Amino acid sequence: MTTTDDTKARHTEYHPSTREYVRVGLILVAFTCLEVWLSYSSLSGTPLIAALLTCTLIKFLMVIGYFMHLKFDNGRFSRTFALGAIGAFTLYAAVLLMFGVWGK
Amino acid sequence: MADVTAPDIVLDEHYTSTGLRSTKLAMWLFLASECLLFGGLITAYILYRGASLTGPYPQDVFDIGYTSVSSFVLLASSLTMVLAHNAALDKDFPRMRLWLTGTAMLGLTFVGGQVFEFTSFYREGLTIKTNLFGTTFYTLTGFHGVHVTVGVLMLLILVVMSWRGSLSDEPAFPVEMVGLYWHFVDIVWIVIFTLVYLIPSPQGPIR
Repeated sequence: MTTTDDTKARHTEYHPSTREYVRVGLILVAFTCLEVWLSYSSLSGTPLIAALLTCTLIKFLMVIGYFMHLKFDNGRFSRTFALGAIGAFTLYAAVLLMFGVWGK
Repeated sequence: MADVTAPDIVLDEHYTSTGLRSTKLAMWLFLASECLLFGGLITAYILYRGASLTGPYPQDVFDIGYTSVSSFVLLASSLTMVLAHNAALDKDFPRMRLWLTGTAMLGLTFVGGQVFEFTSFYREGLTIKTNLFGTTFYTLTGFHGVHVTVGVLMLLILVVMSWRGSLSDEPAFPVEMVGLYWHFVDIVWIVIFTLVYLIPSPQGPIR
Protein backbone atom coordinates (compact mmCIF):
# COMPACT_ATOMS: atom_id res chain seq x y z
CA MET A 1 0.00 0.00 0.00
CA THR A 2 2.77 2.39 0.90
CA THR A 3 4.21 2.45 -2.60
CA THR A 4 0.83 3.17 -4.18
CA ASP A 5 -0.02 5.89 -1.63
CA ASP A 6 3.36 7.56 -2.12
CA THR A 7 2.89 7.52 -5.87
CA LYS A 8 -0.56 9.10 -5.54
CA ALA A 9 0.76 11.76 -3.15
CA ARG A 10 3.42 12.71 -5.66
CA HIS A 11 0.76 13.29 -8.31
CA THR A 12 -1.69 15.34 -6.24
CA GLU A 13 0.34 18.55 -6.03
CA TYR A 14 -1.59 21.83 -6.29
CA HIS A 15 -1.87 23.50 -9.68
CA PRO A 16 -3.38 26.98 -10.06
CA SER A 17 -6.56 27.32 -12.13
CA THR A 18 -6.72 29.00 -15.55
CA ARG A 19 -8.22 32.08 -13.89
CA GLU A 20 -5.27 32.33 -11.48
CA TYR A 21 -2.78 31.94 -14.33
CA VAL A 22 -4.49 34.68 -16.34
CA ARG A 23 -4.40 36.94 -13.27
CA VAL A 24 -0.65 36.32 -12.87
CA GLY A 25 -0.17 36.98 -16.62
CA LEU A 26 -2.00 40.31 -16.34
CA ILE A 27 0.13 41.34 -13.34
CA LEU A 28 3.26 40.52 -15.38
CA VAL A 29 1.98 42.65 -18.27
CA ALA A 30 1.24 45.51 -15.81
CA PHE A 31 4.79 45.38 -14.42
CA THR A 32 6.24 45.33 -17.95
CA CYS A 33 4.14 48.41 -18.83
CA LEU A 34 5.44 50.08 -15.66
CA GLU A 35 9.03 49.27 -16.64
CA VAL A 36 8.60 50.76 -20.12
CA TRP A 37 6.90 53.84 -18.65
CA LEU A 38 9.75 54.24 -16.12
CA SER A 39 12.35 54.11 -18.91
CA TYR A 40 10.59 57.03 -20.64
CA SER A 41 9.93 58.97 -17.41
CA SER A 42 12.01 61.83 -16.01
CA LEU A 43 13.45 59.44 -13.43
CA SER A 44 17.18 58.81 -13.91
CA GLY A 45 20.29 57.44 -12.23
CA THR A 46 20.07 55.20 -9.18
CA PRO A 47 16.29 55.66 -8.51
CA LEU A 48 15.49 54.58 -12.09
CA ILE A 49 17.81 51.56 -11.93
CA ALA A 50 16.45 50.58 -8.49
CA ALA A 51 12.83 50.85 -9.69
CA LEU A 52 13.53 48.84 -12.87
CA LEU A 53 15.42 46.12 -10.99
CA THR A 54 12.60 45.87 -8.41
CA CYS A 55 10.04 45.34 -11.20
CA THR A 56 12.32 42.74 -12.81
CA LEU A 57 12.78 40.89 -9.53
CA ILE A 58 9.01 40.79 -8.92
CA LYS A 59 8.38 39.47 -12.46
CA PHE A 60 11.18 36.89 -12.07
CA LEU A 61 9.76 35.62 -8.77
CA MET A 62 6.19 35.50 -10.11
CA VAL A 63 7.21 33.42 -13.14
CA ILE A 64 9.28 30.91 -11.15
CA GLY A 65 6.72 30.83 -8.31
CA TYR A 66 3.51 30.41 -10.32
CA PHE A 67 4.32 29.42 -13.92
CA MET A 68 7.20 27.12 -12.90
CA HIS A 69 5.22 25.92 -9.83
CA LEU A 70 8.07 26.45 -7.36
CA LYS A 71 5.62 28.03 -4.91
CA PHE A 72 3.63 24.79 -4.79
CA ASP A 73 6.29 22.18 -5.56
CA ASN A 74 8.72 20.33 -3.31
CA GLY A 75 11.15 22.73 -1.59
CA ARG A 76 14.12 20.74 -2.89
CA PHE A 77 13.42 21.98 -6.43
CA SER A 78 13.46 25.58 -5.16
CA ARG A 79 16.74 24.99 -3.35
CA THR A 80 18.28 23.34 -6.44
CA PHE A 81 17.38 26.31 -8.63
CA ALA A 82 18.34 28.83 -5.93
CA LEU A 83 21.77 27.20 -5.76
CA GLY A 84 22.34 28.06 -9.44
CA ALA A 85 20.59 31.43 -9.48
CA ILE A 86 22.02 32.83 -6.23
CA GLY A 87 25.40 31.21 -6.95
CA ALA A 88 25.55 32.86 -10.39
CA PHE A 89 24.41 36.22 -8.97
CA THR A 90 27.02 36.12 -6.19
CA LEU A 91 29.82 35.05 -8.51
CA TYR A 92 29.11 37.66 -11.19
CA ALA A 93 28.33 40.42 -8.68
CA ALA A 94 31.80 39.79 -7.23
CA VAL A 95 33.31 40.00 -10.74
CA LEU A 96 31.50 43.31 -11.42
CA LEU A 97 32.57 44.63 -8.02
CA MET A 98 36.16 43.58 -8.70
CA PHE A 99 36.18 45.51 -11.99
CA GLY A 100 34.58 48.52 -10.29
CA VAL A 101 31.52 48.54 -12.56
CA TRP A 102 29.25 49.78 -9.76
CA GLY A 103 31.56 52.68 -9.07
CA LYS A 104 31.19 54.08 -12.62
CA MET B 1 5.72 -6.61 -1.03
CA ALA B 2 2.77 -8.70 -2.16
CA ASP B 3 0.57 -5.70 -3.06
CA VAL B 4 3.29 -3.91 -5.04
CA THR B 5 2.20 -4.33 -8.65
CA ALA B 6 4.49 -4.30 -11.67
CA PRO B 7 3.40 -0.81 -12.93
CA ASP B 8 4.19 0.68 -9.48
CA ILE B 9 7.71 -0.70 -9.64
CA VAL B 10 8.23 0.69 -13.15
CA LEU B 11 6.87 4.10 -12.08
CA ASP B 12 9.06 4.19 -8.98
CA GLU B 13 12.17 3.83 -11.12
CA HIS B 14 11.63 7.47 -12.13
CA TYR B 15 11.92 8.67 -8.55
CA THR B 16 15.05 9.33 -6.50
CA SER B 17 15.55 8.20 -2.91
CA THR B 18 14.42 11.70 -1.88
CA GLY B 19 10.97 11.03 -3.38
CA LEU B 20 11.63 13.49 -6.19
CA ARG B 21 11.24 12.53 -9.81
CA SER B 22 14.76 12.22 -11.25
CA THR B 23 13.87 13.77 -14.64
CA LYS B 24 12.40 16.83 -12.96
CA LEU B 25 15.36 17.17 -10.60
CA ALA B 26 17.69 16.88 -13.61
CA MET B 27 15.73 19.61 -15.41
CA TRP B 28 16.04 21.93 -12.40
CA LEU B 29 19.78 21.19 -12.19
CA PHE B 30 20.10 21.97 -15.89
CA LEU B 31 18.21 25.26 -15.44
CA ALA B 32 20.42 26.10 -12.44
CA SER B 33 23.49 25.58 -14.66
CA GLU B 34 21.92 27.75 -17.35
CA CYS B 35 21.82 30.59 -14.78
CA LEU B 36 25.63 30.48 -14.79
CA LEU B 37 25.77 30.54 -18.62
CA PHE B 38 23.44 33.53 -19.01
CA GLY B 39 24.89 35.19 -15.90
CA GLY B 40 28.30 35.13 -17.60
CA LEU B 41 26.94 36.59 -20.84
CA ILE B 42 24.98 39.32 -19.02
CA THR B 43 28.04 40.15 -16.90
CA ALA B 44 30.18 40.47 -20.05
CA TYR B 45 27.59 42.90 -21.49
CA ILE B 46 27.52 45.00 -18.30
CA LEU B 47 31.30 44.89 -17.97
CA TYR B 48 31.80 46.40 -21.46
CA ARG B 49 28.83 48.75 -21.24
CA GLY B 50 29.90 52.17 -22.45
CA ALA B 51 33.37 50.89 -23.37
CA SER B 52 32.87 50.99 -27.15
CA LEU B 53 35.20 53.44 -28.87
CA THR B 54 33.17 53.63 -32.09
CA GLY B 55 29.44 53.59 -32.84
CA PRO B 56 26.74 52.62 -33.34
CA TYR B 57 25.95 52.87 -29.63
CA PRO B 58 22.88 51.34 -27.91
CA GLN B 59 20.93 54.62 -28.04
CA ASP B 60 21.54 54.82 -31.81
CA VAL B 61 19.94 51.47 -32.62
CA PHE B 62 17.55 50.42 -29.82
CA ASP B 63 13.81 50.80 -30.35
CA ILE B 64 12.25 50.32 -26.91
CA GLY B 65 8.68 50.25 -28.31
CA TYR B 66 9.49 47.43 -30.71
CA THR B 67 11.37 45.38 -28.08
CA SER B 68 8.52 45.93 -25.59
CA VAL B 69 6.12 44.26 -28.03
CA SER B 70 8.55 41.30 -28.30
CA SER B 71 8.60 41.10 -24.49
CA PHE B 72 4.79 41.01 -24.34
CA VAL B 73 4.78 38.23 -26.96
CA LEU B 74 7.17 36.12 -24.86
CA LEU B 75 5.16 36.80 -21.67
CA ALA B 76 1.98 35.73 -23.50
CA SER B 77 3.73 32.52 -24.58
CA SER B 78 4.47 31.68 -20.94
CA LEU B 79 0.76 32.04 -20.18
CA THR B 80 -0.26 29.78 -23.10
CA MET B 81 2.36 27.25 -21.94
CA VAL B 82 0.81 26.90 -18.46
CA LEU B 83 -2.64 26.66 -20.05
CA ALA B 84 -1.29 23.77 -22.19
CA HIS B 85 -0.04 22.10 -19.02
CA ASN B 86 -3.42 22.56 -17.31
CA ALA B 87 -5.14 21.05 -20.38
CA ALA B 88 -2.70 18.09 -20.24
CA LEU B 89 -3.52 17.56 -16.55
CA ASP B 90 -7.24 17.54 -17.48
CA LYS B 91 -6.37 15.04 -20.28
CA ASP B 92 -8.01 17.45 -22.75
CA PHE B 93 -5.56 16.72 -25.56
CA PRO B 94 -7.10 18.84 -28.38
CA ARG B 95 -6.94 21.88 -26.06
CA MET B 96 -3.41 20.93 -25.00
CA ARG B 97 -2.27 20.78 -28.66
CA LEU B 98 -3.98 24.10 -29.35
CA TRP B 99 -2.13 25.87 -26.51
CA LEU B 100 1.17 24.17 -27.35
CA THR B 101 0.86 25.26 -30.99
CA GLY B 102 -0.07 28.77 -29.82
CA THR B 103 3.01 28.86 -27.59
CA ALA B 104 5.22 27.70 -30.49
CA MET B 105 3.72 30.37 -32.77
CA LEU B 106 4.34 33.10 -30.18
CA GLY B 107 7.90 31.80 -29.81
CA LEU B 108 8.38 31.92 -33.58
CA THR B 109 7.00 35.48 -33.59
CA PHE B 110 9.59 36.43 -30.97
CA VAL B 111 12.44 34.80 -32.94
CA GLY B 112 11.19 36.46 -36.14
CA GLY B 113 11.19 39.79 -34.33
CA GLN B 114 14.73 39.20 -33.18
CA VAL B 115 15.87 38.33 -36.73
CA PHE B 116 14.23 41.57 -37.96
CA GLU B 117 15.93 43.53 -35.14
CA PHE B 118 19.34 42.01 -35.91
CA THR B 119 18.89 42.77 -39.62
CA SER B 120 17.98 46.41 -38.95
CA PHE B 121 20.97 46.79 -36.58
CA TYR B 122 23.22 45.29 -39.25
CA ARG B 123 21.93 47.80 -41.80
CA GLU B 124 22.72 50.59 -39.32
CA GLY B 125 26.32 49.35 -39.23
CA LEU B 126 26.31 47.25 -36.05
CA THR B 127 27.89 43.84 -36.58
CA ILE B 128 29.36 41.41 -34.05
CA LYS B 129 32.83 42.81 -34.94
CA THR B 130 32.00 46.54 -34.95
CA ASN B 131 32.60 47.31 -31.28
CA LEU B 132 32.33 45.85 -27.77
CA PHE B 133 28.62 46.68 -27.65
CA GLY B 134 28.01 44.68 -30.86
CA THR B 135 30.06 41.71 -29.66
CA THR B 136 28.44 41.42 -26.23
CA PHE B 137 24.92 42.31 -27.44
CA TYR B 138 24.80 39.80 -30.31
CA THR B 139 26.37 37.05 -28.20
CA LEU B 140 23.91 37.51 -25.32
CA THR B 141 20.70 37.98 -27.34
CA GLY B 142 21.84 35.44 -29.95
CA PHE B 143 22.29 32.74 -27.30
CA HIS B 144 18.85 33.59 -25.95
CA GLY B 145 17.35 33.42 -29.44
CA VAL B 146 18.88 29.96 -29.96
CA HIS B 147 17.32 28.83 -26.67
CA VAL B 148 13.90 30.11 -27.81
CA THR B 149 14.33 28.28 -31.15
CA VAL B 150 15.19 25.02 -29.34
CA GLY B 151 12.10 25.56 -27.16
CA VAL B 152 9.91 26.02 -30.25
CA LEU B 153 11.27 22.76 -31.71
CA MET B 154 10.53 20.92 -28.44
CA LEU B 155 6.97 22.32 -28.42
CA LEU B 156 6.36 21.25 -32.01
CA ILE B 157 7.78 17.76 -31.27
CA LEU B 158 5.32 17.50 -28.35
CA VAL B 159 2.42 18.47 -30.66
CA VAL B 160 3.47 15.88 -33.27
CA MET B 161 3.95 13.19 -30.60
CA SER B 162 0.51 13.97 -29.19
CA TRP B 163 -1.06 13.73 -32.70
CA ARG B 164 0.62 10.37 -33.25
CA GLY B 165 -0.44 9.19 -29.79
CA SER B 166 3.15 8.46 -28.85
CA LEU B 167 3.24 10.58 -25.68
CA SER B 168 3.63 8.56 -22.48
CA ASP B 169 0.62 7.42 -20.46
CA GLU B 170 1.29 10.46 -18.28
CA PRO B 171 1.33 13.23 -20.95
CA ALA B 172 1.29 16.13 -18.47
CA PHE B 173 4.84 15.29 -17.40
CA PRO B 174 6.70 15.96 -20.70
CA VAL B 175 4.57 19.08 -21.14
CA GLU B 176 5.62 20.23 -17.66
CA MET B 177 9.33 19.58 -18.45
CA VAL B 178 9.22 21.51 -21.73
CA GLY B 179 7.22 24.18 -19.87
CA LEU B 180 9.96 24.56 -17.24
CA TYR B 181 12.51 25.15 -20.02
CA TRP B 182 10.18 27.59 -21.78
CA HIS B 183 9.50 29.64 -18.64
CA PHE B 184 13.23 29.75 -17.92
CA VAL B 185 13.81 31.25 -21.38
CA ASP B 186 11.12 33.79 -20.48
CA ILE B 187 12.75 34.80 -17.16
CA VAL B 188 16.10 35.20 -18.91
CA TRP B 189 14.42 37.62 -21.32
CA ILE B 190 12.81 39.48 -18.38
CA VAL B 191 16.34 40.15 -17.07
CA ILE B 192 17.84 40.94 -20.51
CA PHE B 193 15.02 43.36 -21.34
CA THR B 194 15.73 45.43 -18.23
CA LEU B 195 19.52 45.25 -18.09
CA VAL B 196 20.20 45.61 -21.82
CA TYR B 197 17.33 47.70 -23.20
CA LEU B 198 15.75 49.71 -20.38
CA ILE B 199 18.64 50.76 -18.15
CA PRO B 200 20.30 53.72 -19.90
CA SER B 201 23.83 53.17 -21.17
CA PRO B 202 26.67 55.47 -20.00
CA GLN B 203 26.71 57.09 -23.46
CA GLY B 204 23.33 58.65 -22.78
CA PRO B 205 19.68 57.72 -22.26
CA ILE B 206 18.21 55.25 -24.75
CA ARG B 207 15.23 56.86 -26.48
